[in-house]
Amino acid sequence: MKNLICIECPIGCSLQAEKTGEQWDIKGNRCRKGEQFAINELTDPRRSVCSTVRTIYKEVPRLPVRTNGEVPLQAIFEVMEQINAVTLDHPVHIGEIIIENVSNTGINVVATSDLYCLLEAN
Amino acid sequence: MSNYDVIVLGGGPAGLAAALAASDNGMNTLIIERERRLGGILKQCIHDGFGLVRFKEKLTGPEYAQRFIEQVQARNISVLMNTYVIQVGKNGAGFELTMVNRQNGVEKMGAKALILATGCRERTAKQVFINGTRPAGVYTAGTAQHLVNLEGYLPGKKCVILGSGDIGLIMARRLTLEGAQVLGVYEAKSTPSGLSRNIVQCLHDFHIPLHLSTTITRVFGDDRVEAVEIAKVDENMLPIKGTEQIIECDTVILSVGLIPENEIAEMLGIKIDAATKGPVVDQNFMTSVAGVFSCGNSLHVNDLVDYVSESGEIAGDSAAQYVRENLSRELVDIQIDNQDFLYVVPQHININTSNKKVILYFRSREVRENMRVTIRSGDNILFSRKYVILRPPEMERVPLELKGDLISSRPIEITMEPVKDKGVAL
Repeated sequence: MKNLICIECPIGCSLQAEKTGEQWDIKGNRCRKGEQFAINELTDPRRSVCSTVRTIYKEVPRLPVRTNGEVPLQAIFEVMEQINAVTLDHPVHIGEIIIENVSNTGINVVATSDLYCLLEAN
Repeated sequence: MSNYDVIVLGGGPAGLAAALAASDNGMNTLIIERERRLGGILKQCIHDGFGLVRFKEKLTGPEYAQRFIEQVQARNISVLMNTYVIQVGKNGAGFELTMVNRQNGVEKMGAKALILATGCRERTAKQVFINGTRPAGVYTAGTAQHLVNLEGYLPGKKCVILGSGDIGLIMARRLTLEGAQVLGVYEAKSTPSGLSRNIVQCLHDFHIPLHLSTTITRVFGDDRVEAVEIAKVDENMLPIKGTEQIIECDTVILSVGLIPENEIAEMLGIKIDAATKGPVVDQNFMTSVAGVFSCGNSLHVNDLVDYVSESGEIAGDSAAQYVRENLSRELVDIQIDNQDFLYVVPQHININTSNKKVILYFRSREVRENMRVTIRSGDNILFSRKYVILRPPEMERVPLELKGDLISSRPIEITMEPVKDKGVAL
């Protein structure tokens, strides 16, 4: 049996997971997300990555970005390397794609703040 | 002198929600913000997990803030940026504020009601007892977060973190992602202060050790931090002789608690709760001074921004009601046993108001398992629920509906008792 803490929401349920044959038995979850989390966590753990990219603008040297889905836990540092290789030389809106298919995960890195607004505020 | 119905002090999540609610009630509303952008601390909280309660989505801080900023702009709510309030006083039935900014120098403004949404501040190195020299390289977690996420500077390469508060855990991950080495998180208490999910996704994911019942006792270094001395602590939080260890590092990050910012409240002589360090309020979030409302982290430190926004909305609605009809008050105390509860907000119920929907927030003093929390008005039970676990870092929210005959002028009591039967349902 494996013990896990669910990270889907701030409650953080303590989960117990057991596999009999092909069937997972998950206990301790207060909602259905917990069950799926436990199975994913034990078979293919994934996380969102939130970071920043460099810009050429002195007043706004960094723009926050995120993956628009979860990437394999093992790929996080590879994703970070690609994020850190970017220097934005033009304004973007919130939600705009900054890196397409980052590290071949099928996931995009998108802006989480509006660079037009940030530059205007300065 | 310009006059407004409602002036909101602070343009973070609480102030934005408060201004929106006041404006939606037809109030001529102004937000005063001392920084150059709206959004408060959310601007630098680039990690996700915000808005799960309100939007059923995992948003980052800037994304969550943007949703409110857009609404404020759409309603043409007045906003004064880069403006610092230096004096607040009563003026007849209303208030007079003195503020300063680069465009207008010193100017005065009038308001019929005030909403304090000034947020909280981090406890600093001077407020926790660390001996030794005073070298560069000691940062609060929020300062480190500002440097990394907004300025793009890494504050150090070999870091230790004191305190297991959420911002400290989030920064442990953030520094690791950006290439710094986080040697460990040291927590004087025997249980972590941050959410369990953050222990998992910020520490376990990156193999960062968490040392409980351990603290930093000395900092070494002349110009720059060179090392810290750590030691185990006993149940009274005192270092145990012989357990000292020297850890070489160049940076110390402090995540040792947040304190509501209430300098303006104090200027107005508002009564402050010693436990929350925020104003004493009723369910409308009106403080001891009629016409002044408090919300968000200046009222009490919240762990979810969703509840910060909620409290802003309550304060905004209430301020509008106060301006329209002047909210008469008959206050009834909410009594807690300090052995069981850290605090409860609000501290009073106004039984005269039409607002019978009360939202109570409480924190237990210690980790308690299988407890029943009951809220009584005289012999009437207003609320009763079993909790599998209560943890001080996790704020509990209780919505109450006060029915006319249920509420008397007797104090309201909130108590907790252990539940006998195990394996309880929620």
